[in-house]
Amino acid sequence: MSNVARGRRVKLAGLALATTAVLLTAGCSSSGSSTSADGKVTIEFSQWWGSELPDGDLQKIVDDFQTANPNITVKLLTQPYSSLQDQTTTAGVSGTLSDVVGLDGAWVNNLVKQGALDNLSDEMKSSNYDASQLSSQVQIDGSTYAIPVVNFVYPLFTNDTLLAQAGVTTPPATRSEFLTDAEAVTAKTSAKGWILPLGTTNPNGVQNDVMSWLWASGGSMLKDGKPDLTNDGVKSAVDYVKSLYDAKVVADGTFTLQEPDKVTQFTNGQVGMMVDSLAHITTIRKANPDLKFSISAIPAEDGYTGKRGIPFASWGIGVSNNSAHKAEAWKFVQYMMSKDVNANISSLAHGFPANSTATPDFTGSDPLYEEAFKIYQAGYPANEFVGLPTSDQLMRDFDTEFQKTLNGDGSVSDMLSTTQASWSKAF
Amino acid sequence: MTALRTGRTPSRFGSARLAAKSAPYGFVAPTAILLIALMVVPIILVIGYSVSDGAITTKNASFAGLTNYITLLTDPEFWNAALNTLVFTVSSVVAHLLIGLGFSLMLNSKLIGAVPRAVFRVIYILPWLFTAAIIAVLWRLLLDPQGVINYLLQSVHLTGSPIAWFGDPSSALLAVTVMNIWAGYPFFMISLLAGLQGVPADLYEAARVDGASGFQQFLNVTLPQLRPIIISMAMLDVLWTTQQFALIWLTTGGGPISVTEMLSTVTYKLAFTGFDFSAASASAVIVLVFSLIVAVFYVRSQRSES
Repeated sequence: MSNVARGRRVKLAGLALATTAVLLTAGCSSSGSSTSADGKVTIEFSQWWGSELPDGDLQKIVDDFQTANPNITVKLLTQPYSSLQDQTTTAGVSGTLSDVVGLDGAWVNNLVKQGALDNLSDEMKSSNYDASQLSSQVQIDGSTYAIPVVNFVYPLFTNDTLLAQAGVTTPPATRSEFLTDAEAVTAKTSAKGWILPLGTTNPNGVQNDVMSWLWASGGSMLKDGKPDLTNDGVKSAVDYVKSLYDAKVVADGTFTLQEPDKVTQFTNGQVGMMVDSLAHITTIRKANPDLKFSISAIPAEDGYTGKRGIPFASWGIGVSNNSAHKAEAWKFVQYMMSKDVNANISSLAHGFPANSTATPDFTGSDPLYEEAFKIYQAGYPANEFVGLPTSDQLMRDFDTEFQKTLNGDGSVSDMLSTTQASWSKAF
Repeated sequence: MTALRTGRTPSRFGSARLAAKSAPYGFVAPTAILLIALMVVPIILVIGYSVSDGAITTKNASFAGLTNYITLLTDPEFWNAALNTLVFTVSSVVAHLLIGLGFSLMLNSKLIGAVPRAVFRVIYILPWLFTAAIIAVLWRLLLDPQGVINYLLQSVHLTGSPIAWFGDPSSALLAVTVMNIWAGYPFFMISLLAGLQGVPADLYEAARVDGASGFQQFLNVTLPQLRPIIISMAMLDVLWTTQQFALIWLTTGGGPISVTEMLSTVTYKLAFTGFDFSAASASAVIVLVFSLIVAVFYVRSQRSES
């Protein structure tokens, strides 16, 4: 082949590559957000909520918004939670995030670092929005970047039948009562007292089943927004969980159990107590209609009289920093957080409204939801992993070190110091 | 006329020749473009990410040289994952080969009738029909502390208390390896069975005439005849097993206490929980280089066979 011919082929190959790259880039960066000739604006709303709500319910909520705001059309982009996280991360950096985005608190810090999320504190200020109606906000460096829309709390579930067989008449309210009851269930029934899922595939057991003991007694794992794992409160909570493990009242296989295993074992009557999401009540009722169970606040340290933090997961909402229609997007966020809409969506989702003035409608729903709402109102939503950098990784680091300690390798103090050092690197 | 003819004919001939020459490129072009877009471009991007700092998560990732590689290669956790991957891969490939060879010999044996052979063939192939998710669920149920295996072991008094096979640091690597062996041996079995059926009968006849015993026939006829298939299968299996992710992720997630952490799980965690896409890319490139080395041997063995 002559040099000229070779050069031509190289040029052609280069052109093909460049064309492919342009096509790929164009394909990736296309956005559904637009303004039509008559001034009507279309904004996109990416979330996983639509797939978890009854069919068409989210669209109805959106339709009502569109009726009230005829110049704004909201295009729903619904995807499963598991795939949305990765996609949101990559869309954040490529500047292709939807105008309005459904957010898990754990994603927020990373997206803010990318500059992908709009500063909602500024939006609130410019629109004179009354932020006092919000039960919580996800803030980074004092500014709000995401707002929880619906909260799903994690109370203590107790199997009434197993507890009765063990001679326990009321759910435990303190740590010592819980240990005694767990021992009684383990000794007097064929079940174990408690279940602690510490599998690392999804390490949320650290948040829901370990740190929940800390928050229930008003403790904190942070100080001035930085890790503070070596404080007395954390040590006391982790020591307590270890004491339950050492007392052999915890279901076997802790180190690889996941949240679904916890729900399955509780549903099948293999464990007497678990800390779990209220969202699973329907699942449990469907799988075992004969199971009699109650819910109560997570036991606190003996003698503790303050308000109890109750762990929660939430459907959060934010606005893309690259949105060409921030005003319209913020209008939609305000609509989702308004008293009636917020109450409606939380009722549909079997969660609790994050607008503190809204009251969910419990008509026709399981009485346990109303019971849980009282627990929720008596305490405060607590989840210190929300907004932290690489939350999942922090939980996984804690999980691995805690497994070592439970396995007999080192003390709780050493484990907390080691984890504190690894967490500090992420901040 | 002649001049006209001589002027036209080369032109027509030239066009036809050009068309004939370019036709194969036309046929290959769609695949080539897809390969470039879906394989070459991503690989180049990943290599680029691996020598940058803050890839994907920051808009202006800076050049980091070999920093990510040095960080990874000096991290004991990475070497722990590499060692686990080695143990997992070698054990799996050797067991796949032995079990596959054993079952294929059995299915090829004339000692078994046609009906039982067909039944065994279906039973032995079953693991290959299941997806990773089903295999993981199945083995989690089998090895659960309240599962079938523990029940059987306790029934025959081989153990006093139930064992959390996946959850116990001393047994987890063994458990995931056994699960992977179960999931993968049919690939060897089918390939070797096809190879066995292709061994000429007269070779065995000649060996028998020479007075060779059954074992000698296996050593001197069967194994040499299967050698090319065994080498090819083993190399492919090394590549696949090194990259096994789904079974590990769905059963142990790399735990407990990192005893089943593999290069694949480390890479995933770096990317999607640590949001360190640069380090994840470096890890992926290291696995890619290792895979390329094995692939070179594979291609060489294929060439020598042909």
